[in-house]
Amino acid sequence: MPNFVFLWTDIALFALVSLVIFYAWYVRRSETARATWARVARSPSAMGAAVVLLCFVLVGLLDSVHFQPQLPKAPDAPANAPAVYSPQVVSLLDTLLADTALLHKEKTFSAPLSWLQFTKETILQEGVAPYRDFPRLDFGGAHLDDPEAQWLADVSVRAGTGAGVGLLVGLLMSSLLVWLIARARRHGSSASASGSITAAFMSVVKGESEVAWRTVILTLLAVCLLLGVTFGLASGYHVMGTDRTGNDVLWQALKSIRTAWVIGSLTTVAMLPPAIIFGLSAGYFKGWVDDVIQYIYTTLTAIPGVLLIAAAVLMMQVYIDTNPDLFPTAAQRADLRLFLLCMILGLTGWAGLCRLLRAEALKLRELEYVQASRAFGVSHLKVIARHLLPNVMHIVLITVVLEFSGLVLYEAVLSYLGIGVDPTMNSFGTMIDKSRLEMSRDPMIWWNLLAAFVFMLSMVLAANLFADGVRDAFDPRSRGFRPTRRSRLLALVKRGSA
Amino acid sequence: MTSYILRRLMYGVLILIGVNLVTFVLFFAVNTPDDMARLAIGGQRVSVDAIDKWKVERGYDKPLFINGQASGSQKLTDTIFYQRSVPLLRFDFGQSDAGRDIGWEIKNRMGPSLALAIPSFALGLFASISFALLLVFFRTTRLDFWGVVLCVLLLSISGLFYIIAGQWLFAKVLRLVPYSGFVGGLDMVKFLALPVLVAVISRLGAESRFYRSLFLEEISKDYVRTARSKGLSERVVLFKHVLRNASLPILTGAVSALPLLFMGSLIAESFFGIPGLGSYTIDAINAQDFSIVRAMVFLGASLYIVGLIMADISYTLVDPRVRFE
Repeated sequence: MPNFVFLWTDIALFALVSLVIFYAWYVRRSETARATWARVARSPSAMGAAVVLLCFVLVGLLDSVHFQPQLPKAPDAPANAPAVYSPQVVSLLDTLLADTALLHKEKTFSAPLSWLQFTKETILQEGVAPYRDFPRLDFGGAHLDDPEAQWLADVSVRAGTGAGVGLLVGLLMSSLLVWLIARARRHGSSASASGSITAAFMSVVKGESEVAWRTVILTLLAVCLLLGVTFGLASGYHVMGTDRTGNDVLWQALKSIRTAWVIGSLTTVAMLPPAIIFGLSAGYFKGWVDDVIQYIYTTLTAIPGVLLIAAAVLMMQVYIDTNPDLFPTAAQRADLRLFLLCMILGLTGWAGLCRLLRAEALKLRELEYVQASRAFGVSHLKVIARHLLPNVMHIVLITVVLEFSGLVLYEAVLSYLGIGVDPTMNSFGTMIDKSRLEMSRDPMIWWNLLAAFVFMLSMVLAANLFADGVRDAFDPRSRGFRPTRRSRLLALVKRGSA
Repeated sequence: MTSYILRRLMYGVLILIGVNLVTFVLFFAVNTPDDMARLAIGGQRVSVDAIDKWKVERGYDKPLFINGQASGSQKLTDTIFYQRSVPLLRFDFGQSDAGRDIGWEIKNRMGPSLALAIPSFALGLFASISFALLLVFFRTTRLDFWGVVLCVLLLSISGLFYIIAGQWLFAKVLRLVPYSGFVGGLDMVKFLALPVLVAVISRLGAESRFYRSLFLEEISKDYVRTARSKGLSERVVLFKHVLRNASLPILTGAVSALPLLFMGSLIAESFFGIPGLGSYTIDAINAQDFSIVRAMVFLGASLYIVGLIMADISYTLVDPRVRFE
């Protein structure tokens, strides 16, 4: 048994996951919530984005199970000696990828899919005078005897095999999905004629299903294909090259996903309690409570955001520096810094949501059902919890999903400014920061930046698309402006008249 | 109106006092002057004499809030809090921990900051509004759809990438503009062209999408239908009616953002080596010079409040339905 290590952010992330599962259970039981989410499910862009986001979630969660692997017993150790654990904390993701190029270090820079190092070195060989050349890599392409001749064939075979396997897995998953859809229809109240697998398949292909399954399946296939090619190549090469210290760039990008998740989700969660409590009580009680709360959040927003964060982070840094004995390992120190950064971002960023909630509560408190429950003598706390809170939840949800992508982008800026995550921690911000100077080298080192760009763009883009879908479904104001709705209505009319 | 503005100004002063208190607690109460001295002098093993000398030179040797040794009103005034906070309210920023006059630096660095911020702001606003109008004019067509897709793509890319890609393309490959730096006079244009372009593009996605939804909301109102039914052309409806009415929220947003332009842009200025207030702030953060950071916080907060008041006033000036209360 390895020795499991629970970092602060791990616990927080898994607590969040259980919260999301609880919310899903609630949605299943509540008729209105189900109807609203069904509107999200009908949007193809939101569902495609959700598939991509799920892949990122999976990587992030796999990377959040940390443990210290058990070391093999020393040969002369007594039988009842206590187990010895590696001092290094690794994650489940690391163990899964242990055989690929991702976890094999080189000496320094190497280009993507290359078999040679990027920089020249003096090579010493017996019988030959020392000479300067590009040395072979330790892992990338090390299996090739004559790289110049074999490289292209080897790369295509690996990419092709990977693509084939990926496509196969993707097809298997899609057929499983279609089977599940057919089964759900059979059990549903709708006519049994549409319950056969062929009928389900045809409705998915034609895009007539209630949920945008066609987009889901196409995205799934694309993701599987991409993953297949990547891991096919990663079995023998560094797909995205290596950085200055010889670490695989793709591996760093995968590790950064978790940091981005932590920043995006923990911060919004930290933001919610003050925003909800202050916002609702300011709007509900009015009077001096409102004045005090308005004063607090105007003061907070008046301070330039970056400077407030900088001040708090510098303070935290001083505390960490003066108490080095509180943190046994560097990983734990970096993790606590990340956790506190999320808290700081959350505590400095709640003013916007608070203002929205206050305005909404001001409106809601005048409604008849609130007045009626007050007249019945229901206490303030109960009125807020039973009547106000459920009716502002859509604002909270929209803000949370919209905020997420902005925070992932913000992390990069903060890390560039030196007030973001710990420099030893993998994140998109530190990747960009490192690759900034490499861009001006000649020949240019572009793969570090490209990897950060591709991963960050796909994550933020998926989050934005999903957030748009959620906002369209939950925001009563935005429903009028969707041309897709009209075209669907037209389609319904057409089908009715045919 | 005067009494309204006066009341808002009083509220602004109240908020500035709050800001002052918050920053003071953040910087001094948790991070003692001893820590600051150790950081400024450098090294772990600094002698006590050196720390004391550093503190006396900068006036940090007094107690934080209440001076028990002094008498009368000196009990409150002869403290770090009083000495460091009250001059700020008079906009006297004092000296930085490195011993230079902050007010002088701010005066000198305001010019370069504004030279970058004003063109970026004006051109950015113009570009986003024009793009949004274009999309609205061709709404529910393919152009609109792909325009929105482009907006979402643009706003999903970190601003850092625009700067790095812009420097690479225009400075390294095409050699059109210098990498970074700044000079006065007309040559300034050469150095500012790229930062302004990057600032405009990096804002384009988010802002034009926002303005597009603003215009679309306006376009579904009754008076627009009336205008159309009078037989006005779509062009006249869009520019004469929709644009004018939708520019109210845009205008107030712009007015409230105007004063904050003085603060400069942290990222752009440090990437392009422009000696403005933004890069000054970053240098202060990196050097952990708390006097400068506090001065900048105070400046930013006061500019924010000025922006709020200006937005209120401009709202009543352009929209006669809104009255001062």
